Amino acid sequence: MIAAALAYMIYAGVTQSAVYFVTPSELGATPVAGKAYRLGGMVERGSLRWEPHTLSLTFALSDGRAAVPVRHKGAPPDLFGEGRGAVVEGSWSPEGYFRATHIMAKHSEEYKAPHDTSQAGVRELMRTLSGADR
Amino acid sequence: MIPELGAGALAVALALAVYGSAAAAVGGRTGRASLVESAQHAALGVFTLVTGCLLLLASAFLSFDFSVRYVATNTNLGTPFYYRLTAVWGALEGSIVLWAWMLCLYTLIVILRHRTNARELYPWVLSVMLGVLAFFLLVMTVAAPVFQRLSPVPADGRGLNPLLEDSGMITHPVALYLGFTGFTVPFAFAIAALVTGRVGDAWITTTRRWTITAWYFLSLGLLIGGWWSYHVLGWGGYWAWDPVENAAFMPWLTGTAFLHSVMIQERRRMLRLWNLALVIMTFSLTLFGTFLTRSGVIASVHAFTQGSIGVFFLSFLALVLLLALGLLAWRWDTLGAQGELDSVVSRESAFLLNNVLLVAAAFTVFFGTVFPLLSEAVRGVKVSVGAPFFNQVNVPLFLGLIFLMGVGPLIAWRRASLDNLSRNFLGPIAVGVVAAAVFRLLGVRSTIAVLTLALVVFVTATITVDLVRATRARLRTGERFPGALGGLLLRHNRRYGGFAVHLGILVVALGVTGSQAWSVQTETTLRRGEHTDLAGYRVRFDGLAASEESNHFKVTGTFTIDHGRAAGAVLHPAKKFYPQEQSPIAYVDYRLGLREDVYLVLGDFARDGSQATIRLQVNRLVSWIWIGGLILTLGTVLALVPERRRTA
Repeated sequence: MIAAALAYMIYAGVTQSAVYFVTPSELGATPVAGKAYRLGGMVERGSLRWEPHTLSLTFALSDGRAAVPVRHKGAPPDLFGEGRGAVVEGSWSPEGYFRATHIMAKHSEEYKAPHDTSQAGVRELMRTLSGADR
Repeated sequence: MIPELGAGALAVALALAVYGSAAAAVGGRTGRASLVESAQHAALGVFTLVTGCLLLLASAFLSFDFSVRYVATNTNLGTPFYYRLTAVWGALEGSIVLWAWMLCLYTLIVILRHRTNARELYPWVLSVMLGVLAFFLLVMTVAAPVFQRLSPVPADGRGLNPLLEDSGMITHPVALYLGFTGFTVPFAFAIAALVTGRVGDAWITTTRRWTITAWYFLSLGLLIGGWWSYHVLGWGGYWAWDPVENAAFMPWLTGTAFLHSVMIQERRRMLRLWNLALVIMTFSLTLFGTFLTRSGVIASVHAFTQGSIGVFFLSFLALVLLLALGLLAWRWDTLGAQGELDSVVSRESAFLLNNVLLVAAAFTVFFGTVFPLLSEAVRGVKVSVGAPFFNQVNVPLFLGLIFLMGVGPLIAWRRASLDNLSRNFLGPIAVGVVAAAVFRLLGVRSTIAVLTLALVVFVTATITVDLVRATRARLRTGERFPGALGGLLLRHNRRYGGFAVHLGILVVALGVTGSQAWSVQTETTLRRGEHTDLAGYRVRFDGLAASEESNHFKVTGTFTIDHGRAAGAVLHPAKKFYPQEQSPIAYVDYRLGLREDVYLVLGDFARDGSQATIRLQVNRLVSWIWIGGLILTLGTVLALVPERRRTA
């Protein structure tokens, strides 16, 4: 009896909380509005818009073949940026975009060699910030 | 020089472990004590060599020896001293060295403690321990060689994963691995019992302390992991049902079941087969967990390095299961129960139900964790189940477990009479019901929260009833109060240690319930001088400042709490820019409190420092989770105190 109850609980749990992992081209082919998806891809270069005052974050996730417009309310998380991998959780909105409730930026133990360009950017940032503080 | 020395030492250690395991087995089979003694020497040799390797690795880190690939990958010239030490186990290869070293340490303690008091089992225990050790040494020499050379030698290393630069890095893995490896000892005793046919209760009583110790370290590892996640990752949570967390949680669940079911065997000689199966399951789950987290078969936020190591662990797991199940089948006839369940209303059945629920929870977690693999294999679609699944299925199971926590220790053995039931439970049930009504009136809306809190009160009441009654009995014999209570705790230290651990778990449950039910958060962008309000707190943005640390740049925000209980406090959340990372990492600031934590994360900010996007959280009762861990520690210590004889 306990086994049956457990089996039912697991079954109900799975059917209610199953999240389908799709790529942008898979989602683009057959989007079902309201269904829970986890969409993984690369943040397309030039697509990232961040509005601090409305907290609206928009970007396009692409897998090279198709791109899906994504909207999210909230600041971009750490390790998130153009040209990098990200997984977003949410659902397809009938208005034609993916409404993300959660963004997971991919990180890994493997590091890229330090970029001179990005370091120059940080130094520049440090300069402007210390100037602004005085 | 270091790489060659280290690799050589590991190869010798592997040979010694293989020899020792075989010698101990043959010695156990033929009864030749000299062979067992020789295996002991081999174990001592392995311990010395692995200790040497650990020290070599540490010295390579301290001296920035970038000719060792592992050092170059996980540290750089800017890494502070402290984190150069913890970097030793900061990634896969080194963590396996640490793991193997702990296994060596346990083997040494087993030799010291049990070479005379468990004569028949001992050679086989030694053989199994050395066998498992040999596997880890094989992994270290073949699949994850820590002492690989890097050529040409780089001028600077890549640096440690910035998320691992935290004090939690010294305690979390150490505790977790002590727990994981600790279960090898009861497992080794179980196998020894099966091989020798001494499947009675000796192996269980001998390993009681071992099991409690392993269980405690695993609990501690999980709790510190939660703390690390809470104050480092910056999402304000302590548990996410991530595959890596689940990997450690599954053996904890079956280990907890084992801890309880052995009491039934000790007392009623039931459940022999079940106990053996449970300890085999627990040990296998520690291997499975490592396979899961290190093989990369399941995507996780803890993206570890992938490699051939998964195949090794899976093969070893298959070997362990095959051998253990074979032995179980071989000894099947002797594993029948001697005692019987007399009544459904008895302590035995409460413990049995506890085991069923714990194993059911372990199965659910297992199922949910491997579900993406299953669905992809069976249906060809990638489907995962997230936190909602685990919560939905596990919460009822955990509530049942909390209820049993109140029933189990007080209900009578064999058959509980109506008198026993009413004497022990009428009061606590009444208190629990009243508590539920009070919580409801106080405005607690969530049914699960009301139920959990009422159950916590109920169990606390049962513990109080027991403690008061026993203390009174001693007072009647003429003892004074503090002495009476102290004597009671010490003389029945197992029982009251267990109660204290239960109390610790209840306090953790309280923290989890509170944080789930009542935490609030807001996300907003503030200009300098502007403020935001949340749950009675007003937080003002005062400005940003930049600084250069030894191995990273830091942009620090200054925020003042204007209103609320922590008024006047200044919070400094920051963003850290590491050269080895392409984008910054958040550094959370918080004020912890018994009632609630104020938790502030700096999100995005304008380059001129004029505005910042923040996430402000007021997390309720989270501190009780850590306090529960402390109570759990005290309870474990009490339970481990050597039992006093009644004549004392």
